[in-house]
Amino acid sequence: MDNTRKEWMLNALIAGVLLAVPLWAWLANEPFIITLATRIAILAIAGVGLNIALGLGGMVSFGHALYLGVGGYVAGIAAHHAFHGTPILGLSGTNQMLPIWAMAMLLSGALAGIVGALSLRTSGIFFIMITLAFAQMGFFFTLSWPAYGGEDGLPIFVRNQFPGLNTARPWEFFLIVYGVLMLALALFATLRAARFGAALMAIRQNPDRAAAIGISPFGIKLVAFILSGMITGLAGAMMADLTRFVSPAMIAWTMSGEMIVIIILGGVGRLFGPVAGAAILVGFEVFFGGLTEHWKLWLGLVLLAVVLFARGGLIGLIAGRAHHG
Amino acid sequence: MTALLELDNLHVFHGASQALFGVSLQVREGQAVALMGRNGMGKSTTIATACRMLPLRAGTVRLAGRDITTLPSYRAARLGLGLVPEGRRCFAPLTVTENLIAAARPGPWTLARVQAFFPRLSERARQLAGTLSGGEQQMLAIGRALMTNPRLLLLDEATEGLAPVIRTEIWTAITRLKSEGLSLLLVDKTLSEILPLADHCVILERGKVAWQGGPTALTPDLTTTYLGV
Repeated sequence: MDNTRKEWMLNALIAGVLLAVPLWAWLANEPFIITLATRIAILAIAGVGLNIALGLGGMVSFGHALYLGVGGYVAGIAAHHAFHGTPILGLSGTNQMLPIWAMAMLLSGALAGIVGALSLRTSGIFFIMITLAFAQMGFFFTLSWPAYGGEDGLPIFVRNQFPGLNTARPWEFFLIVYGVLMLALALFATLRAARFGAALMAIRQNPDRAAAIGISPFGIKLVAFILSGMITGLAGAMMADLTRFVSPAMIAWTMSGEMIVIIILGGVGRLFGPVAGAAILVGFEVFFGGLTEHWKLWLGLVLLAVVLFARGGLIGLIAGRAHHG
Repeated sequence: MTALLELDNLHVFHGASQALFGVSLQVREGQAVALMGRNGMGKSTTIATACRMLPLRAGTVRLAGRDITTLPSYRAARLGLGLVPEGRRCFAPLTVTENLIAAARPGPWTLARVQAFFPRLSERARQLAGTLSGGEQQMLAIGRALMTNPRLLLLDEATEGLAPVIRTEIWTAITRLKSEGLSLLLVDKTLSEILPLADHCVILERGKVAWQGGPTALTPDLTTTYLGV
């Protein structure tokens, strides 16, 4: 069996397990398991976003938590104003997920456009540091923003609503998140198979050589960075609805690091890499976190092993080298 | 015939050392120009400068009458300069198809047409470019340049290091491209292969144009003096 077929079968298996486990939990009345699966799916959506920038474009953004935070605060602020019946910039708040998602993607995309336009003129360690610096600016801004909770964060008293479904029920909220994850994965697969993805991967390999065949390295990377920020922002809005709480911790540098860890654990540039990586991270947090408070030490050892012995992450370890196209 | 590519008085430096000293040449529409000279005489520098991959200290690069001297290389490529670089330089971790579609621009050269032109690229469509043979990588490099739908194809040592049978295959393909009306700027050291195709020859010597003229005017004395053959 060739690697491509093996990877597609593995992807189908992961997608099936991610749906089957919460389905069983719903039937067995185990809402905690459904919440865990929802958390995995949301982190995976954020990972799909980062995977466009990092996996396809080789842009090691160490500040993607910024977009997660923008999405989270959009959801939190909209819900806060809807709950209290107070206007924001002359508009009323909303507790509807669809307009919140649209606004989260719009604002995180716009911010990614600004950050990308400034940071993509650099590369390597400078790019990493500039993206981190922007995220830290966002972190400290929210920390000193008393109107929306400052360092205490902002609660969302009632989970935002989705037409036709009761989002207060964990299984129904999971289905929404799972559906969005599948759409995000479909978008990633489409981008990767299109000229855009090929051009982005060519730039990652050698920007000068890519320019010689008519590819604008800056333009393509900026579009990829914006798309990446938009998808991560969408994940942020969902994360806020899952935890019913947003705080500056969503924008902390450790969150940006966790997103990179997710991609590396699952497989950089692999379609289901973020899903596998998010499942490993949440799995470690739940199972080893219950045994020891030093669970991140063990996660670190696993990360070390992946970097040293399995560069393709879990997907690469099982399905072999990437053979896209 | 109008000049498609015009290089006028190019002065180019590699760091502190000057590589080109006022090089001027023209490629007319539908013409094949052979750029010749021994190693280190400035052939690849001229090609890279024409494609706007190297900065100029002085001089002008024009494509179809338009001054492209200050344009970045991706804009020059989009305007019609299709480069097949020395050493192939395919994107090794990408598949053959990904290498091709990455370069795609609207025009008559589509993926299907390039694959029909080089059937080997169709057979190897999902193979990583880095795992292809030298000849197949050369076909991919030419195919990738064709996907940009160029007005002028610039081939830098297109058959260097390839087996004789593959060289013949590549030269046959280049001849077909010329017969279809594509303009060519060719760099190669093998006179027996490049001269039958060339309409005009330019010899570079120490970064200057030492001689230019038709291929029939290239006497054994000239080839001995400037090309060492």
